[in-house]
Amino acid sequence: MKTLEITNLKKTFRSNFLIKKYPVLKGIDLSVEQGEIYGFLGPNGAGKTTTIKCILGLLFPDAGEILINSLPGNSIAARSQIGFLPENPYFYDYLNANELLYFTASLFGIPKAVAKERISMLIQQVGLAGREGLKLRKYSKGMLQRLGLAQALIQDPVCLILDEPFSGLDPIGRKEFRDLILGFKAQGKTIFFSSHILQDMEMMVDKVGIIINGRISRQGLLSEMVSSSTRCHEIICARISEKQLAQIPVHFVSRDNQFIITLDNEADINQVVESIIHNNGQVIAVNPVKKTLEDIFLNELREVQ
Amino acid sequence: MKMNIKGLVFNTFKESARNKMFYLLVFFGIAFALSSKLISFLTLGDAMKVLKDTGLAAINFFCVLIAIFTGINLVYKEIEKKTIFNILSKPVTRDQFIIGKFLGLALTMLAALLAMSVIFFLLILLLGGGFDFKILLYFFMLYLELLVIVAISLLFSSFSTPILSFIFTVSLYLIGHVMWTFNEFKSLLHSGLWLKFTQAIYYILPNLDKFNIKNEVVLNLPLHPWTIIFTILYALVYILAVLALTILIFRKREFQ
Repeated sequence: MKTLEITNLKKTFRSNFLIKKYPVLKGIDLSVEQGEIYGFLGPNGAGKTTTIKCILGLLFPDAGEILINSLPGNSIAARSQIGFLPENPYFYDYLNANELLYFTASLFGIPKAVAKERISMLIQQVGLAGREGLKLRKYSKGMLQRLGLAQALIQDPVCLILDEPFSGLDPIGRKEFRDLILGFKAQGKTIFFSSHILQDMEMMVDKVGIIINGRISRQGLLSEMVSSSTRCHEIICARISEKQLAQIPVHFVSRDNQFIITLDNEADINQVVESIIHNNGQVIAVNPVKKTLEDIFLNELREVQ
Repeated sequence: MKMNIKGLVFNTFKESARNKMFYLLVFFGIAFALSSKLISFLTLGDAMKVLKDTGLAAINFFCVLIAIFTGINLVYKEIEKKTIFNILSKPVTRDQFIIGKFLGLALTMLAALLAMSVIFFLLILLLGGGFDFKILLYFFMLYLELLVIVAISLLFSSFSTPILSFIFTVSLYLIGHVMWTFNEFKSLLHSGLWLKFTQAIYYILPNLDKFNIKNEVVLNLPLHPWTIIFTILYALVYILAVLALTILIFRKREFQ
């Protein structure tokens, strides 16, 4: 079942007294299955936040359709199923975490007694216990991000939409945040998040959509994207000198008395292995090197540009 | 749905009530109302009359200032600080957002006016004056005027910057208190397009002088119940019309 489905989403911004048009989204099509983590990947200015704002009804699309659990995206019923964490979350700094979460619960019409239980659970879950009474103006970036996640989860949403959740977090914060998100997936939640930090995305997502210049240039399961593409092959060998290797000739680097040879062409493997053995060298391993998400992303970027 | 608005109302009240500017203006309002006792010493004539006259004027002035300052900032700040993203991405309609903001402001104004009026009543009682029902009526009419001002400032705040909103709201406030000049102007025009245009402007602009019953209170002049009822109805219709316009504008707003 599809939790989020976007068809032919278009959005144009106007400036210079409404004369000049800037098409930002040029027909976005994407779908997110239930229980899936979808990584929305793209360079700055590609249209990630604009897409998210259209999903949430903060911007009105020029064309296209957005469905959340088969409900029209701009309906109140659809929005009650979404938890949203904005990029650099902004909250009322005169409130403390408890007050903000009670306020958020009131927007969903959650009774106070139910909210009380849920809030203390969420405060624990996101690691803000003991600091819930502190005014938000005294919160660090990481603490605000955690609170943002807590408020996004207040009504136990079906789908979480996270806009650049890792930006500005330190490595420990990123790791903890990743673990939290993976925990939500284990609970059966659907997670749609935008990012340009490839490592985080590669570690978490099931499906990737690459958006470049307002268009989805590639979309699919990360496992399929990565396994279907071999970037090169590596031959690890030893007991051979640099001079002998240079004569083969191959591109190599040395590490711990071993050499790593990189071959772009699969057909060269046999010939290189034979040459190593001929020189009394030892072949330790021949490994195919899969393309990383970074390779795929950069390749898409190059093709579009 | 009710709950959604309740949260917004109390949060708006909390926001205004935790603003230092709010306390400062309430403090000055009270201080000026109290200082009217001094003025009554320095002037000739009925001391109680002078006290009421200057005290009520001080409360009026500072309440209007609070209404304008809180009104012009609230929605703008939500957009500027992007806190609005967290509200409108929840199951809250834009109509509910505006109504919630207005009711929150109405509650803020009630708190400010209550604080000032209670102290003013105590001052009168302390100085030997009795409880005057007409003063209570004055505060009620002032509250209606404040609600109209809050609605107007909210309207401007929904599409312009605080500085422009301030200029627009203050202009309307000043014009609203000299609406009688329109009647005089109309009497100079006998017929035609200009007359219709002036008449239209007269009905569009807020006639805030209707809410001013200070002379009736201070000079103890008679006040017809129908005047009060008509003024209440006028305030209700005007506020609803301004809120409807604000909602129409806000429904079309996009948040980049």
